[in-house]
Amino acid sequence: MIQMKNVYKKYSNGIVALNGMNVEIDQGEFVYVVGPSGAGKSTFIKMMYREERPTSGQMFVDGIDIATLKNSKVPLLRRQIGVVFQDFKLLPKLNVYENVAFALEVIEEKPEEIRKRVLKVLDLVGLKHKARMFPTELSGGEQQRVSIARSIVNKPKVVIADEPTGNLDPETSWDIMRLFEQINKSGTTILMATHNREIVNSMRHRVIAIEGGLIVRDVAGGDYGYEG
Amino acid sequence: MKARTLGRHFRESLKSLGRNGWMTFASVSAVTVTLLLVGVFVLIMMNLNKIADDVENDVEMKVFIALETGQEDIDRLENEISVLPGVESVDFSTKEEELTDLILNFGDDFSLYEQNNPLFDVFYVKSIDPQQTEKVAGEISKIDQIEKVEFGAGKIEKLFNVLNTGRNVGLVLILALLFTAMFLISNTIRITIVARRHEIEIMKLVGATNWFVRIPFILEGMWLGLLGSIIPIGLVAALYYNVTVYAEPRLKNEIFQLLEFSPFIYQVSALILLMGIFIGVWGSFMSIRKFLRV
Repeated sequence: MIQMKNVYKKYSNGIVALNGMNVEIDQGEFVYVVGPSGAGKSTFIKMMYREERPTSGQMFVDGIDIATLKNSKVPLLRRQIGVVFQDFKLLPKLNVYENVAFALEVIEEKPEEIRKRVLKVLDLVGLKHKARMFPTELSGGEQQRVSIARSIVNKPKVVIADEPTGNLDPETSWDIMRLFEQINKSGTTILMATHNREIVNSMRHRVIAIEGGLIVRDVAGGDYGYEG
Repeated sequence: MKARTLGRHFRESLKSLGRNGWMTFASVSAVTVTLLLVGVFVLIMMNLNKIADDVENDVEMKVFIALETGQEDIDRLENEISVLPGVESVDFSTKEEELTDLILNFGDDFSLYEQNNPLFDVFYVKSIDPQQTEKVAGEISKIDQIEKVEFGAGKIEKLFNVLNTGRNVGLVLILALLFTAMFLISNTIRITIVARRHEIEIMKLVGATNWFVRIPFILEGMWLGLLGSIIPIGLVAALYYNVTVYAEPRLKNEIFQLLEFSPFIYQVSALILLMGIFIGVWGSFMSIRKFLRV
């Protein structure tokens, strides 16, 4: 699903974010990406949806060559990928239903198909009854559910989550994690950057630790590995 | 592109006009002023061109026949001139007819001369090509019994000089205004882009194509230009209608005429409209390139 070979990333300000990274992630895996701030986690994540481009090296996501992908083809890559952020990134003027439908409207999906799929994912994340509410009327956890619903409504093969529980209290974080596990069980690859030690240590999955732009540890069913 | 998508783009662009209220107003006003001046300028220039053409095509030589020339000689002269190369037509006018014209044009004061007509019998000669008038005049003046040949030498050149100067000054002025209008439009679009940056970010994240992101802004620019062209079209049409109504009876006997209200005014309107759209679309392109990294 995701292959990186000697991926190197140097920003224009001279900072080297990735220093020859090698990794392979298969379809259906659930992977935590951990590491201290500034280690290169964000760059690693951003490369998955071609927000950043490798300076050198080879990288494929779902068979798409990220290094040589033309700007005009980036939308095609992103339709294969769902992205979830710490700050949800919902549109405040749209209600729950519209926020999720937005993802399908802008890729010109048929209206009847949009309706069917939006209602289905809202049911999956448990927010069907709040479809007409606006983001500001929802709790943080509910907002994150909406954003997860939006990320999977397009039936992506992989969901990238950047600190999805970073803004949530522990109780809500567990609910969100259970939702991710459920999505993963249906065959979707999950790649999640996190600082949440408890979650990583109790919901065991593959852990990739990044430090200084390199993968320093890659253990299936591993623990968080850093002191709280 | 699907019709449904296009509908969505149109709605988005219209919503944005309202949301930007004052900037929309400022841009539309700038376009309005610009296009109004462009419209008036086009009216003036096109009509001056028409007048110059009319005058140029009407360059007549007035060939004065020497006094005491008999009717036989006059007929012979008429033949001689009409076979000269480059001559289109020759019309004879007696000195009595000339005087009648003079009295008609300049008043009864000239009727004094009815007692003792000081005028010449004349031929009015037209050359096929107005540019050749001078040459033909030279030929005619060589003929015996021709007193002199007059034609509007120099007048046409002066008219063209005035026209060219006016055109250049006008063009510079209009270019400056066009840039101002485009700048204002591109600023309006920039505000729209900034106001909608979250939406744009999400659109890009979920895989909207670049054109999908761009089109609403281009449409918004187009609306600004389109709205800005309405008042100029109305005013220019009304102005020109009144000018033609005023001028037509007064120019009845002149050699030059203004351009007819129709179809000229439709052409000018189309020009104003197209320029408005062009300014708007171009203005938004400038902003999109700078602020919308898609």
